[in-house]
Amino acid sequence: MKKTIITVVGKDTVGIIAKVCTYLAEKDINILDISQTIVQGYFNMMMVVDTSQTKKSHGDMSEELKALGEGIGVIIKCQREEIFEKMHRI
Amino acid sequence: MLNIFEVAETNKMIEKENLDVRTITLGISLLDCIVSDLEQLNKNIFNKITKTARNLVSAGKEIEQEFGIPIVNKRISVTPIGIVGASACKTPEDFVTIAHTMDRAAKEVGVNLIGGYSALVSKGMTYGDELLIRSIPMALAQTERVCSSVNLGSSRTGINMDGVRLMGEIIKETAELTKEQDGAACMKLVVFCNAPDDNPFMAGAFHGVTECDAVINVGVSGPGVVKTALEKVRGENFEVLCETIKKTAFKVTRVGQLVAQEASRMLDIPFGIVDLSLAPTPAVGDSVADILCEIGLEYAGAPGTTAALALLNDQVKKGGVMASSYVGGLSGAFIPVSEDQGMIDAVTAGALTLEKLEAMTCVCSVGLDMIAIPGETKATSISGMIADEMAIGMVNQKTTAVRVIPAIGKDVGDKVEFGGLFGYAPVMPVNKFSCDAFIGRGGRIPAPIHSFKN
Repeated sequence: MKKTIITVVGKDTVGIIAKVCTYLAEKDINILDISQTIVQGYFNMMMVVDTSQTKKSHGDMSEELKALGEGIGVIIKCQREEIFEKMHRI
Repeated sequence: MLNIFEVAETNKMIEKENLDVRTITLGISLLDCIVSDLEQLNKNIFNKITKTARNLVSAGKEIEQEFGIPIVNKRISVTPIGIVGASACKTPEDFVTIAHTMDRAAKEVGVNLIGGYSALVSKGMTYGDELLIRSIPMALAQTERVCSSVNLGSSRTGINMDGVRLMGEIIKETAELTKEQDGAACMKLVVFCNAPDDNPFMAGAFHGVTECDAVINVGVSGPGVVKTALEKVRGENFEVLCETIKKTAFKVTRVGQLVAQEASRMLDIPFGIVDLSLAPTPAVGDSVADILCEIGLEYAGAPGTTAALALLNDQVKKGGVMASSYVGGLSGAFIPVSEDQGMIDAVTAGALTLEKLEAMTCVCSVGLDMIAIPGETKATSISGMIADEMAIGMVNQKTTAVRVIPAIGKDVGDKVEFGGLFGYAPVMPVNKFSCDAFIGRGGRIPAPIHSFKN
């Protein structure tokens, strides 16, 4: 399994999760976990997704999600899980 | 499974606190390029570098994108050219042709600096080493990306004082040749005591002769991350302070280890070491001096600075060592003046002097770094400064270095602009009393008694 972490940060608005999830479903990317908080009106979401089935490269997926985020006024980042795993787990 | 706070913490470090991988440095051995025909030697060197490093920059970019971590520099270090060129080069000008070849190769593969225009002369100089050293001013003035270093001493061999005397003159000459750019070529020239074979940081990186054919070394950096972590423990005792630095250094270094392993896998080149360093840049919030202030000093240079730096350096190592499978290079806090806004402010405020910086180099990596001195400073005085630093390194069994920039036509109170990552520096006063007779003696200083450990 190839895990990627998607983070979404920005002003809370209707349909953020729906739009991101639709994109992921179309690209055969399975969502393993979602958590979200709202801090001072700012939407903060983290998704753990499995990218082993998708035909998209990491680069393409990052660019497309970034563009999608720009369309709805949020910042979307895609990073491989290892950077967080390495930093926070021994 | 990871939680949202951990993910947010990592991304905050990257986005707000300037966490980055400072450099991926590919070390390349040029020993198999050696021939006695200069033209053929240059061809061999160009081909070896461009073939080995052809994917370095693209691999770096891919890692940046996949992990979302900036990798500021991709660089190359090569076997000391004093060794590689010894049989083919008969004049300093012959060596300069190799510098041009390195420069061309660096541009071809897209790296911003290439190190290894170096000579290792800690005990004595071969004829080739001396020719290379004498070619340094020309080589650095005529090339853009080549970096040069000279190892003048070690704890095992003592200090080569003939080399120290010569390097005082070479540094002056290098400044003279680039005086229109405020002696900019001197930024690419460093002298060492106990130079490490696997240092990924410029200007002192070279690929030691004990290394394998090619190797990936990574330097991490995150002064801003340490500073922010310390803001949360203001007023707490030293135990809490040290634990906080240690934990933060661990996190920062883990990123370096990950990047190094990933680069090694992608390029199919063995992973060498992670250099655990706090390397500042002129960017606001990316300063080692600011950490010293956060520890409790009004300015870097105030009484207590050496102690604060000593604990910072030690905790960075303690945290970092566990985070990486192999640690090496210079590993510690860097204290360059021009590349650190907090240091510049301390000098401008009159809090930080050359003498205090010298004391600080006893407890940190590396040495007197990126310091602008008056253009009138005598070559022997520069040699004297070098000898002092080499002595600190030799006796304390650590790496020390000197990278000073004589600002030709400028004096104390003036400013020298280097631009970009190199920043700017106020010209600092140098003790004006003479050491001519001391430097004029020649020969070498024997190794200290505690080096005889066999």
